[in-house]
Amino acid sequence: MNINLTLFGQTLAFAIFVWFCMKLVWPPITAAMAARQKKIAEGLDAAGRAQQDLKLAQDKVSNTLRETKEQAAQIIEQANKHANAIIEEAKQQARVEGERLVAGARAEIEQEVNRARDQLRNQVAALAVAGAEKILESQVDAKVHNELVEKLASQL
Amino acid sequence: MASTPAEYIQHHLQNLTYGKLPAGYERADGSVLDQATWTIAQTGLEARDMGFMAFHLDTLGWSLLMGAIFILLFRSAAKSATTGVPGKLQNFVEMCVEFVEGVVKDTFHGRNALIAPLALTIFVWVFLMNSLKWIPVDYIPGLASLLGLPAFKIVPTADPNGTFGLSLGVFILILFYSVKVKGFGGFSKELAFTPFNHWSLVPFNLFLEILGLLTKPLSLALRLFGNMYAGEVVFILIALLPFYVQWTLNVPWAIFHILVIPLQAFIFMVLTVVYLSSAHEEHH
Repeated sequence: MNINLTLFGQTLAFAIFVWFCMKLVWPPITAAMAARQKKIAEGLDAAGRAQQDLKLAQDKVSNTLRETKEQAAQIIEQANKHANAIIEEAKQQARVEGERLVAGARAEIEQEVNRARDQLRNQVAALAVAGAEKILESQVDAKVHNELVEKLASQL
Repeated sequence: MASTPAEYIQHHLQNLTYGKLPAGYERADGSVLDQATWTIAQTGLEARDMGFMAFHLDTLGWSLLMGAIFILLFRSAAKSATTGVPGKLQNFVEMCVEFVEGVVKDTFHGRNALIAPLALTIFVWVFLMNSLKWIPVDYIPGLASLLGLPAFKIVPTADPNGTFGLSLGVFILILFYSVKVKGFGGFSKELAFTPFNHWSLVPFNLFLEILGLLTKPLSLALRLFGNMYAGEVVFILIALLPFYVQWTLNVPWAIFHILVIPLQAFIFMVLTVVYLSSAHEEHH
């Protein structure tokens, strides 16, 4: 319980420890704490911004989706129109072709008829000539009477 | 070794003293010194006769050890301090730092880079020194007596030299900052003209203020010392009981010190900050 030099030894040790703490302990720790605080604040900030960005992106996505849907609807409509047009055109073509075929057939038929008529006429002329030969009992010169026969035949 | 309870108690309250004995001194073993000698006191009487020129080796050693533990622990945390996720040690150290910083911010309103580290050092160091009380009273002194040391006391704060050493440091800081902030004239004026601002009352004011000033380190040191010393004495008294009943008193007393030890460290720190804060403030 005696007061002695220990007193000053203790004070000296105290001073050294305080100095050491002030120089080498306190500043790095408080600096690290402050830096972390800043980092956390920045992180929270970034998170807030990211949330905002996400919201914007979501809005954008829904917008794009809507536009795309509209476009798709337009395309489908156009395609339908196009298809209808093609069908109409095909129908038109078919009709024209049909008419052409019919016209061709008709012309052919007419040709046949004309040919048959010519044949018939010729045969009738021959028959008439033969008939007339029989009637006249004389030889009719085909070459001489050809004009006559032709005229007769054309009247048929 | 001590045999009677009184001797046992006295032995446990005796520091390991290394000091100067005068020439012609008759030592405890009967030999007479022919010249002044620095030596280890063998008895309490020798330690007392050494007077002021002596060191308590145990107080100095254990307080230095505790201070070194504090410094190394906190320094290693400070060196590897990361701004990322802190480790366990860093977490603990930051908790202490934050706690002390909070106390200092609440109490001390000036700007001073010394106050907070000072408070941290006081808090942790005093806590560590106080916590030596939890070591059973006979363990380390017993070991020391096996080594042939005449006395050993491990709690530096149960030695008035230890606590007065601390409060002396604080007192010097109080004086230093009083003079630094207010100037020598301002500080003298404050001592002379408060609380009664009249020239005829200057001596009375001086007496009052200087007394108040001196009371600060005195109360700091005596509060800590008294608490620790009394607790120590009770532990020693309990140790005198038969070993099979000691735990019934020992354990509650040790548990009670879970409260006392940090509380005393905290009070020492807070009062230091308060005193230094008032040293920074002008009185009106």
